[in-house]
Amino acid sequence: MTRAATTFIAYGMLFPALILMGVFTFYPVIYGAYLGFSHYTAADFGAHNAPRWVGLENFHTVFADPLFQTGLLNSLKYLAVVPVLQLVSLAVAVLVNQKLPFIAFFRASYYIPVITSISLAAVMWDWIYAKDGLINWSLEALHLLQKSSAFGYLLNTDTAIWAIMFVTFWKGFGYYMVLYLAGLQGIPAELEEAATLDGASRSQIFWRITVPLMRPTILLCSLISTLAAIRVLEEIIVFTNGGPLNSTYTGLMYVYSKAFGLDFNYGVASAAGLVIALVGFVLSYLNFRLTRESGGEGA
Amino acid sequence: MRPDQEAQARQMRARAVVRKTFGTLWTYAVLLAIFVFAVFPFFWTLAISITDKTVASGISIYSFPASLLPRHLTLSNFVEVFNTFKLGKYLWNSVAIAGLTVVGTLLVSALAAYPLARLNFPLKNLIFGAILATLVLPQETSFIVNVLTLRDLHILGTYWGVVVPIISTAFGIFVMRQAYLAIPATLLEAARIDGASEMQILSRIMIPLSLPSLTALGIFTLVGIWNTYFWPSLALITNQDLYPLSVAVLTLKGQFNYDPFNVAAGAMVMMLPILLVFLLAQRFFMRGLEGAVKG
Repeated sequence: MTRAATTFIAYGMLFPALILMGVFTFYPVIYGAYLGFSHYTAADFGAHNAPRWVGLENFHTVFADPLFQTGLLNSLKYLAVVPVLQLVSLAVAVLVNQKLPFIAFFRASYYIPVITSISLAAVMWDWIYAKDGLINWSLEALHLLQKSSAFGYLLNTDTAIWAIMFVTFWKGFGYYMVLYLAGLQGIPAELEEAATLDGASRSQIFWRITVPLMRPTILLCSLISTLAAIRVLEEIIVFTNGGPLNSTYTGLMYVYSKAFGLDFNYGVASAAGLVIALVGFVLSYLNFRLTRESGGEGA
Repeated sequence: MRPDQEAQARQMRARAVVRKTFGTLWTYAVLLAIFVFAVFPFFWTLAISITDKTVASGISIYSFPASLLPRHLTLSNFVEVFNTFKLGKYLWNSVAIAGLTVVGTLLVSALAAYPLARLNFPLKNLIFGAILATLVLPQETSFIVNVLTLRDLHILGTYWGVVVPIISTAFGIFVMRQAYLAIPATLLEAARIDGASEMQILSRIMIPLSLPSLTALGIFTLVGIWNTYFWPSLALITNQDLYPLSVAVLTLKGQFNYDPFNVAAGAMVMMLPILLVFLLAQRFFMRGLEGAVKG
């Protein structure tokens, strides 16, 4: 077959994938960035007006908006879930990385929250967090809480965001456990055996052997988890829609509600999205630096 | 060995056995605690969904511990949610959207991966690099532009509007490329000598030999689209009759005086098929990406 014919066939087979990626993945990133610097609203879209370049105006609007400040702060607050989620997932991975009867059953069951839809999680955890829900009933049964001082955890401005974060934790630990399990297969068993013979405890082995050797996987998982946390949106929509009193209103919630909820201003929404993207880049970089540097002493 | 030494050794061995037994018991206690943590919301919802709410008036999901272990069981909540909420309609939407997404993803990925794995053509590395680059693109604002594009294409508020933007993925193409790379080159050469076209090689050799990877990719895609909330809720915002279960189940929560027994039944209808798929195909999930690549 001639080279030209091969090229023709190759591009023919790639065509559906490339055209779809071009239109729905690359174009939105480029056009979205352009919109961030433009005046463009639903009215403009309806009237077929082209976006009008306004420079940094949208960014001024975004930063001056207290709602965006609240959103950005809440998104940063959400990062608190990352270290807890990663440490626990790694510890659980170590726990299930043993040859014991029924261990495969436990591993699989820990993955069930991962394959549970966020909307179902919202239905279930709503009942768990309710004023008369499962948590408060358990606390009352244990005499740790008086019925008169009980409240619904998703309806309280101090607890709502932490309650949603906890669901992120519940839904995520099985996912990261699987990623860590794959990494743990790469650690030679002799290392751990030698340490045990030398009298090291389980926690010493975990902190001095497992964690340092797992650094590349920890970096990858923290990165995924950090970006997911700073971009949190779905959980917020299904649980509280940003309430009560904007206490769970996140950065991407601002993007979403600016574009489709409040004032259909695609320009301002895109600008806010660009700011969140930039924060994501900075955090990824910090994450990389942090994980690499802390490696110096451990290894 | 002197008798007292022997006794000491025996004692040490006994202590080691005791310690090991306690260690194993402790391990299982922790394993069990995490198990309960992971699955109790599911079991509680299951219990609510089969509770006979007509036995006593004013029965509540918050009457513990009866709510956790219902004594009078029924399937009438399921019948009710299908009749009054038209759950069947949303179930069908879920099936249609999931079916189109899975078939679309498999087709697009199986086609695009073949030249990337097995043919030489100009700009091959650049194209593969660009496809992988989509994994790190900041897509915070993509949903805005995609909604506008769908409206321009007149498919906003249709099944296609949900499906078309999400079927071409770096993950799918990568998985299929890895599968094709594992097939011996001699098979392809033999087929070419026999006069097979590239399309025939793809459909008669590559795809049949990559069935495990196709299955894995199909299952991952199915679970993902079945569960996803945000994108379908946005792409169907102008036509809520087409909402899949993942979106409708939250609408249900706001409807008919919020009967939690019916909501739980609806939740179970959505959860059980995917749980079944997971239990049958758990080896793919438990090996992470490797499960898809190696099949």
